[in-house]
Amino acid sequence: MERHTLAIHVNDQPNVLTRVAILFGQRNFNIDSITVGATEEPGLSRMIITTNGDEKQLDQLIKQVSKLIDVISVDHLSKDPMVAREIALIRVQAAPAVRAEINGIVEPFRASIIDIGPESLIIQVTGDVGKVDALVALLQPYGIQELTRTGTVAMSRCLNTSLIYA
Amino acid sequence: MISTAEQTRLLPEMRFGEELTGAETLLRCLLLEGVEHIFGYPGGAVLPIYDSLYSSKLKHILARHEQGAIHAADGYARATGKTGVVVATSGPGATNLVTGIATAQMDSVPLVCITGNVPQNLIGTDAFQEANITGITMPITKHNYFVRDIRDLPKVIKEAFFIASTGRPGPVLIDIPKDVCNISAPFYPAEEVNIHGYHPTRIPTDEDMEAFVEAIGKATRPVILAGGGILAAGAHEELLQFAEKTRIPVISTFMGLGNFPGTHELALGMPGMHGNFTANQALMNADCVIGLGARFDDRITMGRTKEFAPNATIVHVDIDPAELGKNVETAITVAGDVKSTLTKALPMVKANASEAWIKQLHMWQEQYPYSYKKDGTLKPQEVLEIIYESTNGEAIVTTDVGQHQMWTAQYYKFKNPRSFVSSGGLGTMGFGFPAAIGAQMAFPERTVISVVGDGGFQMTNQELAILAQYKLPVKIVIINNQCLGMVRQWQEIFYDQRYSSIDLTCSPDFVKLAEAYGVRGMRATTSEEARAVWQEALDYNGPVVIDFRVASGENVFPMVAAGSTLDQMMLGDEE
Repeated sequence: MERHTLAIHVNDQPNVLTRVAILFGQRNFNIDSITVGATEEPGLSRMIITTNGDEKQLDQLIKQVSKLIDVISVDHLSKDPMVAREIALIRVQAAPAVRAEINGIVEPFRASIIDIGPESLIIQVTGDVGKVDALVALLQPYGIQELTRTGTVAMSRCLNTSLIYA
Repeated sequence: MISTAEQTRLLPEMRFGEELTGAETLLRCLLLEGVEHIFGYPGGAVLPIYDSLYSSKLKHILARHEQGAIHAADGYARATGKTGVVVATSGPGATNLVTGIATAQMDSVPLVCITGNVPQNLIGTDAFQEANITGITMPITKHNYFVRDIRDLPKVIKEAFFIASTGRPGPVLIDIPKDVCNISAPFYPAEEVNIHGYHPTRIPTDEDMEAFVEAIGKATRPVILAGGGILAAGAHEELLQFAEKTRIPVISTFMGLGNFPGTHELALGMPGMHGNFTANQALMNADCVIGLGARFDDRITMGRTKEFAPNATIVHVDIDPAELGKNVETAITVAGDVKSTLTKALPMVKANASEAWIKQLHMWQEQYPYSYKKDGTLKPQEVLEIIYESTNGEAIVTTDVGQHQMWTAQYYKFKNPRSFVSSGGLGTMGFGFPAAIGAQMAFPERTVISVVGDGGFQMTNQELAILAQYKLPVKIVIINNQCLGMVRQWQEIFYDQRYSSIDLTCSPDFVKLAEAYGVRGMRATTSEEARAVWQEALDYNGPVVIDFRVASGENVFPMVAAGSTLDQMMLGDEE
């Protein structure tokens, strides 16, 4: 089971997220993460979906998603070099005594402490999934009270990716 | 899709910019799409639409249940190739369409389903008769719309008809809240459809064509697997020419029956779970299987996709690229309209099937025809034979779902396209009879026969009222074995004869039921009666229900059990 990142270009219509999400469920595909937002073109949104499956499943998934009327194109981003990032906010249990120690973990990750409470910190980290996972693992021993992740946004490194038009 | 000239002819009195309500706009747009008949059922949220219908030239057929209405619209669409139209109210009216929408989606039938909804200020408040029908039908429609603004209506309706009828056809739902129906705005018809992201026309490329022709040219034991796509594309003539020129035998899938003349020397009939010996053996022994608008579904591959047609190069032409390689490993794929593919291929091909292969197939056909044991009782297969012989394969025949459906597919050799109407993909019981109403509405002069079981008929038999009301001369053939025959068959074979909940002996007297609706009722219990009664029914100029009391333990053979391969056929007790 390989991990894949897809960029789905859609009409900015009500329910378009539901249509795509329902299709994934209907065809028995998993969604690991999903992000939606505006694009450079007015009226169009781009969804970044990370999913997993073998080559045949992915081929079928791309073809089925392409059939949705509101889908303009599906781009298999992870097929070629790409950049992918997500943001995570992590609330860690942190009495004053361990704050310096935690800061020592945060710094090499280029993460930042964005809120300090009497017994906890909120850390913001940006990076690919692996980097965020690694920081979360390192902070685990201090006690993670709350964790929220945006899901991946991604873009190809060059523009000659395989666009599949719906 | 109709031309501007045609639109002008349809609406000579049409004035642009005329102030119309949303309901009037809807009906005006339906007329512009060339709609003549709509099937439906009124209710609170569609009162404005029904008020406009009161003075419209559209012919509305009042069903007795929304499910009956949508299956009738579906039968109308399948028999004509035109887009069927159904109207229902919000909430329960809309949800009663769900089975019919899923039926049409599975069999790629063009429908436009119009539902009312509560006014927008009540949406989301759990208002009386409110249901989120666009949400509910998202997985079972090709597309759906919720109309928020009257000014969007002409565009939405035009798009809906375009989407429903182009590419791989399918149902489109338009949900219109009541306030949009009531409000007025100047009416301007929509411009040409241009949907960003929807490009349904697919013409095969030259490279596609070369690969297609080359693969076929190499084969010595080729067979065509022709599906419903041939009918959807109107490519039956091209198929006939292609098969005759190449001398490649043609298997017609269940959905494809009628796409190739059933009595042609190259016709092999239906394959699959209840297909015939020759068609299944042809698939298992072929060196090239040419799928034309067929989707290699699990009733043909039996889910054993690796062992399906093990010696064959599979060539697949389909307008829906998602079907290519979906179910079986395919060597040559052509994403394209099957009509243009065959038209392009015709001058490029020559006769190539080995005559030895055809001879082998003919030998199997002779050796293993569909057969059943005659024992003096009235057999269901015999009823279908009588019907076939008396109508010469030229009637429109609709079926319900179950044993009678398979026997119809086996024994009725369809001569013409769009004359077999049956729920293949979803297998919707209750479909057959209302579908016949739609077909008869479209073709008042043709013989329309609805073959149903005693089970399925009771799911939608309330629509007998339509037959009486509109004097539609549908011949309803009940293959009455007093039980749910196909379930019984599976329980007999796979569940150790533990017959669970299949007894239908407490069904109504169907003759009296028919008469209660003002429809003629007849009954036959022996072969002699069956012949006489059927002839009388055919000669009678009106709707008639014939209760054929058939032997109840009869099974459909051949049969390939789920999980077996096509060459592991149970041939039945006739051997």
